[in-house]
Amino acid sequence: MLLLQEAAAAGAHPLAGSIAEWIWLVPILPLLGFVINGLLSLTSVAKTGPSNPSAFHAHHDGHGHADGAHADGAHAHGALGTNGHDEHHQDHHQDHHDEHHAPVRHRYAGLVSIVGPAVLAAAFGLTSAIFVALLGAHPETPFVTTMFSWIATGDLHIDAAFQVDQLSMVMAMVITGVGTLIHVFSVGYMQDDPGYPRYFAYLNLFVFFMLVLVLGANYPLLFVGWEGVGLCSYLLIGFWFTEKANADAGKKAFIVNRIGDFGFLVAMFLLFANVQSLDFAGVNAGALELVSGGALVTAICLFMFLGCAGKSAQIPLYIWLPDAMAGPTPVSALIHAATMVTAGVYLIARSAVLFSLAPVASLTVALVGALTALFAATIGLKQWDIKKVLAYSTVSQLGYMFIGVGVGAYSAGIFHLITHAFFKALLFLGSGSVIYVMHQAYHHTGNHDDAQDMRNMGGLRKFMPITFGLMWIATLAIAGIPPFAGFFSKDEILGAVYARTHESTLASATWFGIPGSVLLFAVYAMGLAAALLTAIYMTRMMLYTFHGPNRTGEKERGHLREAPWVMTAPLIVLGVASVAGGWLNLPTFFPAGPIQALHHWLEPVTGSAALRITNGAEAHLEHTTEYMLVGIAIAIAVFGMSIALTRLKPASLVSKAQSPASEGFERILEEKYFVDEAYDRAVVQPIIGVSRSVLWKGMDVGLIDGLFVNGSAYLARGIGWVGSRLQSGQVGTYAWVLIIGVVAVLGAFSLR
Amino acid sequence: MMVAEALALSAVLFCIGVVGVLTRRNAIIIFMCVELMLNAVNLSFVAFSRMYGATGQVFVVFVMTVAAAEAAVGLAIIISIFRHRQTVDLSNINLLKG
Repeated sequence: MLLLQEAAAAGAHPLAGSIAEWIWLVPILPLLGFVINGLLSLTSVAKTGPSNPSAFHAHHDGHGHADGAHADGAHAHGALGTNGHDEHHQDHHQDHHDEHHAPVRHRYAGLVSIVGPAVLAAAFGLTSAIFVALLGAHPETPFVTTMFSWIATGDLHIDAAFQVDQLSMVMAMVITGVGTLIHVFSVGYMQDDPGYPRYFAYLNLFVFFMLVLVLGANYPLLFVGWEGVGLCSYLLIGFWFTEKANADAGKKAFIVNRIGDFGFLVAMFLLFANVQSLDFAGVNAGALELVSGGALVTAICLFMFLGCAGKSAQIPLYIWLPDAMAGPTPVSALIHAATMVTAGVYLIARSAVLFSLAPVASLTVALVGALTALFAATIGLKQWDIKKVLAYSTVSQLGYMFIGVGVGAYSAGIFHLITHAFFKALLFLGSGSVIYVMHQAYHHTGNHDDAQDMRNMGGLRKFMPITFGLMWIATLAIAGIPPFAGFFSKDEILGAVYARTHESTLASATWFGIPGSVLLFAVYAMGLAAALLTAIYMTRMMLYTFHGPNRTGEKERGHLREAPWVMTAPLIVLGVASVAGGWLNLPTFFPAGPIQALHHWLEPVTGSAALRITNGAEAHLEHTTEYMLVGIAIAIAVFGMSIALTRLKPASLVSKAQSPASEGFERILEEKYFVDEAYDRAVVQPIIGVSRSVLWKGMDVGLIDGLFVNGSAYLARGIGWVGSRLQSGQVGTYAWVLIIGVVAVLGAFSLR
Repeated sequence: MMVAEALALSAVLFCIGVVGVLTRRNAIIIFMCVELMLNAVNLSFVAFSRMYGATGQVFVVFVMTVAAAEAAVGLAIIISIFRHRQTVDLSNINLLKG
């Protein structure tokens, strides 16, 4: 009530007193879902102990039979999202018999299935209402509601405050919208998992933190969300933690992200030390006082970008994202494709004022983005695991977004973020239903083959027509074929890069001696090359998965069928979004429709920063140039797809077990350029070595245990030993010592 | 008025006591030497009282009182040690050691 009065007193903001006052409820709803599902999960932990030995034994005996014994489906789908390395798979399946003796469905599965998606749907509804209010008002300044004073010490005053502006609401719409669809999908995908409530608790908690991240009105609150989503990512990557590979993947993601967070923290410290403010309004105002292009603002931006590189999987910190595929597939769709990994893009767009003042840092962002886009796309060419293809594709597309925000086309970067959320979520959920169906088929016949390897798929279009059609839509979208969403956003980014090669602060800056304009041309070329590779590897994935003959196996083929409606329905919604998403921001040459809608929408947030980069003029290309660029982009996409269609022969592919090992450069690509191995040699092993020899043997055992703990004990014992020798029990000796002491003291006094 | 001589006698007596305590091993003799040191101090108190007033004499009375009490307790301890060990040689009495 008090807050409302304060807001009313401030008065001026058009959103004051409107539904935007309820913004705090948006993140609270998923938090509520987390509490409910978490409590349900806890109750079942207590119940599923060895308290019912008879049930346990009955089930256990059942597994003593041949593989056909679990054709009854009575055993849970723990293996659904595993990496499926062959060497693990055999043992892994054996383990399952002992691990998952839980009942088919969780006892509270029904309640969880309602609560989990419902809180998201409610949050989406409320966000939509606020979005509509914002659409009507379209204020020039953000609307900030303060919940309470969070940190107040000395000069530092940080409020727990939420910010409603064009950028935060667009992000909130994507998170709650795509999040709702993925929650619904999860109801089908995870239905037989013994950890069903735990899964939804984590997923709801993730959405809560993600909303805190985008709605927070200052950097520290953003950082709370930033760390929170990292935690949930860790928990969900290692969701099937009984398998060591999954637990390790979670740890890898968490540790790599800590490196990035160090950068983010340093950036915040520098900001506070020099701008004396950490809320967005204060920083944006104070940043203008900094020396434009100076070392300070460049350092702040580069440290901030280090954080983004960790969270958004850019070179050199991208290595965790492909491993994150160890989690359940809907998690990959929500966290590791649509929302969390785009947080870095959001952070740069949010800090657009800072980055626009630091051309060198912006060029670095664009260059790293371009390198990542190209590098990850090459790896995607030779992956066999369907989720790994999509993982590298995500890294590559994130690189695209960084190209966009790096060259100061903040609205283009956010545009690609949105369209990518649509089509990549669709691709991941589609691959999820493929994996689900493959797993079901293998499960029925007790086959231990890899349900995620494309060499074991093939010809699935006959069995899964809906998934097949929708995934082709998403593929066309990501490849950049008009009129699908990805074409518009990718073209917007490439056009922005081209436009900024002249008449911009970036072009006139030099980056380590290289003129900015040259660098931007290189970025543009790398973007085109990545687009070509994207078209190739996505077409390859579709060919091997859905076309050609089926390689799943004779017995299994009969069990292949379309996924249930609860999984296909969200796919259909995302398919519509992937087709129509481009209408959010149509290019200027387009004859009709809402031209540049998103660009104008985001103008109050990023407009001034974007103008600073382009020297005050709207980035503008001649229509003929623009047609030419679009023509090149389409030609490249078509060329890439036709290469894949003509060169790749799904008919001649053999199943994984019979495939020969690849050689030469193909092997290098398949092994991901041995980057993990190189990091292992260059970073992990030295750290382990130093930790073992210096920190463990030297510091801990030697210095702390040896010198401090045992050393002080030895010292005390030694002094005690000397004292005990002095106490001989001979009174005469004591008297002598006493007299000598007295004489010494008297002597000292008299000689003084 | 012979203060210097009295103090010199006191110092001599005290040193005899100290040497006795340091060199003898018989508990009774050490005890007597301690008494000798106390009385040497008493003598110097009395001597100083000639110069500084009666305070020194008051102290002597106190010291004698304490010495009497100490003699009672000390002799009792020595007797009980003798009953226990049939000796008062302090070189044999060294149970209190580290």
